[in-house]
Amino acid sequence: MSLLSLALSLVFLLLSFLAPNTLTAFLGLGALGVAAFARLEPRVRTLNLALLTLAFTLFLRSSGNTLGLIGLVGILVALTTLPRIPRGIRVALGLAILLLSVPIAGFANTFIFELGIQIGIFAAMSLGLNVVVGMAGLLDLGYAAFFAVGAYTWAIFGSPQAGKFLQGNFPLPGEYMYLFMLIAVVTTAITGLLIGLPALRLRGDYLAIVTLGLGEVVRILANNLDHPINITNGPQGITPVGRPPIDWFRSLMGALGVRLDETTDYQLFFYLLVLVMIGLVVLANVNLANSRFGRAWVAIREDEIAAQAMGIPLLPTKLIAFMTGAAFSGVMGVIYGAQRTFVSPESFTLLASITILAMVILGGMGSIPGAILGAAALTILNLDILKTFSEFVRTSLPWIPSQVDPAKYERLVFGLILILMMIYRPQGLIPEARHRAELEEEA
Amino acid sequence: MLEQILVLLPQVLFDGFILGFIYAMIALGYTMVYGVLELINFAHSEIFMIGAVAGVEVFRYLAPLIPNGYLLLAVAVVVGAAVAGLAAILVERLAYRPLRRRGTTNRLVPLVTAIGVSFFLQDLVRLIEGLWHNEFFLRMRTMPDLEGSFTLFGGAIFIQTKSVIVIVVSVLMLLGLTYLVNRTKLGMAIRAVAQDLSTASLMGINPDQIISRTFLIGGALGGVAGVLFALIYTTINPYVGFLPGIKAFTAAVLGGIGNIPGAMLGGLVLGQLENFFGTYLPILTAGNFGAEYKDVVAFLILVFILLFRPQGLLGQMVKEKV
Repeated sequence: MSLLSLALSLVFLLLSFLAPNTLTAFLGLGALGVAAFARLEPRVRTLNLALLTLAFTLFLRSSGNTLGLIGLVGILVALTTLPRIPRGIRVALGLAILLLSVPIAGFANTFIFELGIQIGIFAAMSLGLNVVVGMAGLLDLGYAAFFAVGAYTWAIFGSPQAGKFLQGNFPLPGEYMYLFMLIAVVTTAITGLLIGLPALRLRGDYLAIVTLGLGEVVRILANNLDHPINITNGPQGITPVGRPPIDWFRSLMGALGVRLDETTDYQLFFYLLVLVMIGLVVLANVNLANSRFGRAWVAIREDEIAAQAMGIPLLPTKLIAFMTGAAFSGVMGVIYGAQRTFVSPESFTLLASITILAMVILGGMGSIPGAILGAAALTILNLDILKTFSEFVRTSLPWIPSQVDPAKYERLVFGLILILMMIYRPQGLIPEARHRAELEEEA
Repeated sequence: MLEQILVLLPQVLFDGFILGFIYAMIALGYTMVYGVLELINFAHSEIFMIGAVAGVEVFRYLAPLIPNGYLLLAVAVVVGAAVAGLAAILVERLAYRPLRRRGTTNRLVPLVTAIGVSFFLQDLVRLIEGLWHNEFFLRMRTMPDLEGSFTLFGGAIFIQTKSVIVIVVSVLMLLGLTYLVNRTKLGMAIRAVAQDLSTASLMGINPDQIISRTFLIGGALGGVAGVLFALIYTTINPYVGFLPGIKAFTAAVLGGIGNIPGAMLGGLVLGQLENFFGTYLPILTAGNFGAEYKDVVAFLILVFILLFRPQGLLGQMVKEKV
């Protein structure tokens, strides 16, 4: 078995050189499946994963086919979840994928960067929602509202928009983005407080529909506050949103021997910025989970009345969960606005909230690697697989009416994912230990 | 300004009733399902939408065969109710029943499933309409004999024939439902299951069957509401259920969720309030805040009721048992 698995990985490595096409990619994914699930010695498995990392990197570099990115994400998942892989190798391979493989491929095909950034932004947000839904068990269906507040916080002041209702010199210089990431933490936490204060007094299922309603209220406000005072510029949205100057980054990269051009410099910058943010968010998540608050949240999730009897103040504890989740989303909103240089109410619909919820559910409520995996899977599905499938339908199946464009059917896919996960695997793909125990006990 | 408000008032009240009756019929579906399962059936707004789409399709295909608008509408109402009721049963069978079988105690699980179903159905209808007609923004065909109108009180109220039809049909439906729930064996069984599912099953009631029929009745009412909605607003798309759905839920909560007369009252009150704010907000704020904030008003009403009178107008306070 070990030999077969190694041979498979080597064949894939070879083919990545010779014939980097879709078929090869599927072979590689198969090899990854064997390496992850077959009964292998830990050392062989580790070697296998290292080989596959190399192979997928080469494949992605030469073909630009995003199936390679899926393979790399798969390796990351394997590294975080499989037992008995030396810790040093986990970290080294993981960093190699994030810091070398993806940028190398990104220089060949900037779409990889774009995907990486979007995955990162959504991963950080699903980690934020994970605090609210996964840890504290509060179903928030208006999570995109916080994303919106964060994005608008910077978009208004980082563009000429603020000049329309305030005295002063706008847009603020791009460096202020970093400051506004902190300000967004405050504004979104306050929004979380305002929404949570009424909503969190309610029982679970009412909370869901009230957050849904209040999330819509935020979107309606964003859509209509172009009059009487023009604060949000209404449905047209705000553009151009400022980006921080990155001369220091260019010279730093130049010193490291990386040559950047005008299209890739900001892409690489935002990609690395998002990675740093995810690192911070994961750190915050892990620490919160083990803190007094984390334990209180889990207690509330398991049994509100028992938790209250143990002396946990319900409303303040829930509010802190809500505000923490909101703050994560707010920071990412600032980065989202700056990266796209454009913010409009369309990005913050109920669909966005449900997408993030589906990411958390798919990965596993309460599970940190799960939230990241869910974000990666659904972002790739949304931005790449559905679009490719659309292309395929348009060119190869001309008898299908033109209105049936698979890329437009995210709701169908996300809805199906939610239903199937709830029926067959409510604990998610990478379950958190406590959730697994709870949900398997019921089965 | 006051004069302007008073002049418009009769018309506003009348239009509020039409909206209110439609909300009341949708709200019944939420409230009945909540009564038996304690589940907010998010997918109910899509059942309503399916009814509306079925109505449009009946008008599209049968209008050449049935020139009489009233007869055609009757057919559309029956078909809409049947299709929507069937869809509701299917949703219960395929999505909610497997969860009940597993006996999960986690309240998030059925709720997340319901959201999933709601999203799934929106795009499923879009897919079907896309394959069928290559478009999913649908227009209800107009029938000349349904398009009349008249005025009352020397022109103070402008009334379309369609509005009268909506009011008549919905009053009949609401009366029928009240009779069904209070006077028939099925109604008694539904009330028994709502009160205590496990005790009801000891009394020889098959809870699965009753739950299924509750979905059928609620879904059929939603479907009728959908057909009437399509008749009045004429443009329909697969996403049209969302706002009426969430407002009807608000109406159900307003009246006291689980309470059938409450849902009717809540629907009528909410219809009035929404129409009232939608018309008068621009007048009161001199055009600074327009009718687009009427949805905000509905959501804020929901929050305020839940905070200050969570049992609703007609509901009773239920203590949570440990």
